[in-house]
Amino acid sequence: MTPPPPAEAAVAGTAVGRAFDRDAATRRIEAAFKYLLIGCIAIALGTLVVLIVDIVIDGAPQLSPSFLTDLPSRIDPASAGIGPAIAGTLWLMAVCAAFIIPVGIATAVYLEEYANRERWHNRFIEVNIQNLAAVPSIVYGILGLAFLVRGPIGMGRILVAGGLTLGLLVLPVLIVAAREAIRAVPPSIREGSMALGATRLQTIRKQTLPAALPGIATGTILALSRAIGETAPLIVIGASAFATFTPSSPTDAVTALPIQIFQWISESQDEYKLQAATAIMVLMAILLAMNAIAIWLRNKYEQKW
Amino acid sequence: MEAATAQGASPGGFRPLGKRRRRPGEEIVRALLFVAAAISVLTTVGIVFALVEESVSFFGDVGTRFFTDTEWTPLFQDPQYGIWPLLNGTFLITGIGILVAIPLGLGTAVYLSEYASPRARRIIKPIIEVLVGVPTVVFGYFALTLVTPVLVQDLLGVNIQFNALSAGVVMGIMIMPTIASISEDAMTAVPQGLREGAYGLGATKRQVATKVVFPAAISGIVAAIVLGISRGIGETMIVLIAAGLNPNLGVNPTEGYATITTFMGATAKGDNPVGTIGYESIFACGLTLFVLTLIMNMIAIRFVRKYREVYE
Repeated sequence: MTPPPPAEAAVAGTAVGRAFDRDAATRRIEAAFKYLLIGCIAIALGTLVVLIVDIVIDGAPQLSPSFLTDLPSRIDPASAGIGPAIAGTLWLMAVCAAFIIPVGIATAVYLEEYANRERWHNRFIEVNIQNLAAVPSIVYGILGLAFLVRGPIGMGRILVAGGLTLGLLVLPVLIVAAREAIRAVPPSIREGSMALGATRLQTIRKQTLPAALPGIATGTILALSRAIGETAPLIVIGASAFATFTPSSPTDAVTALPIQIFQWISESQDEYKLQAATAIMVLMAILLAMNAIAIWLRNKYEQKW
Repeated sequence: MEAATAQGASPGGFRPLGKRRRRPGEEIVRALLFVAAAISVLTTVGIVFALVEESVSFFGDVGTRFFTDTEWTPLFQDPQYGIWPLLNGTFLITGIGILVAIPLGLGTAVYLSEYASPRARRIIKPIIEVLVGVPTVVFGYFALTLVTPVLVQDLLGVNIQFNALSAGVVMGIMIMPTIASISEDAMTAVPQGLREGAYGLGATKRQVATKVVFPAAISGIVAAIVLGISRGIGETMIVLIAAGLNPNLGVNPTEGYATITTFMGATAKGDNPVGTIGYESIFACGLTLFVLTLIMNMIAIRFVRKYREVYE
């Protein structure tokens, strides 16, 4: 019944359990408690299964190649598609990646390789990143609205503004992952490099960063997959839902897959809700693919030192 | 020299063999890296500045009516500015969510930390992480098109589309992985010696889990719950899709409620030019939200530090 491998299980299940020969009532309570815990997991995982099945049942019938390329339609749900939404999401990803990859890695390198923890400003940066990770996503939308869309920069409701807003939102995710990856590189690698006469910068560029790269890549994909599903900040910066054309440059108006999904859910006609389910299938498929790549990267390149 | 001591690699620090050569390139890179790290601080400054700037003009117009009015209708002809209905909706729905998330999350954490074989853990943990990755707009769809018709309309027989109950229940599913993973970390950090001591005294597995490990990890568990609440308060899409937009001071979970986040989302969707009270009210709500989650986060960090101090 109880699997033997862990040490504590062996102690509990065999040695102690048999030595005192617990009475039936105790054993029943023990078993009931265990099944209660398993029930908690089952409810959570069961909900996930129901959610996925529900969406596939609603969404699968509308899935077709033309759905992926057509424009969304206000008049005819049957001919509506997510072409502009997919293009918008890809542009947002590109802008977001171009922003978070250099800034995230540089921040992680600074904090791990250069920053002196004794200095207050370095500790302040760390606490600040911790706090930023807990700021609700909709508040980042306000930041984008006040500084990027309007205000001093005032670039308007364009994809660059959306991508940067999402970038600021997921930057802490990448920083934390990149720091962990850099920290996992053993000091002996650095010491060896420096003992051979490399400067600190050469050591980072030629030894530490290459060794940490798989972890950083995994973190980047996870950060981007978080950005791809975000809706609230884009609503706040004023993403337009019914794009009448497919964005072809990062200065076109913001539109994105989750925004399109939200707009269709908000329509009163049930046909549009089914379209939303189909678009959700596409979004979830993209997310699953990204996560699969991240897991594959981690398993393939993970180094044990 | 400072850099060498920061590295802390060799005992006694490095002693340069010859004369130390200045390397301007290295210094420039160091400065650039520091600038990148400072962007995160600028982000915080930007958030606070944006929120406060517009909120100042909002409170200039509204004053203490933010706390004294009992209705929230800033966009109406006869505007009322009481934040309470929005706070009420926020905490009611988050409360339902946390009631769902605590048993599921803690049950999962205890099982993974105390009962699961390494193999079971390897299978269960990634699946729970999938739950973390589900976009909240998807949870919103789930709440509106499945939980509301089945749970509220069929099971409870209340004929209503937008309600706090289904938004809250689904929010609980969304929060659950946060609570599970942080409290599992706290439970795994409890030293093995405590468990062995308890087993040596004849405790059962359940007793060890509930009377030794759970209390020993309590500060981490509290931190997990506080962070869960904070996530719930800041959640927008589930509530915006499934709970309606009706500012409501009641407590009946089968009614519709507006929350701080849904008001912000719905108002931002409409057209509110800069300088109007509608535009400013988004920022005042944002500031309220920011302060609430900041307090929650600070409490959580304090609790996390506490359990780290004890065992490391």
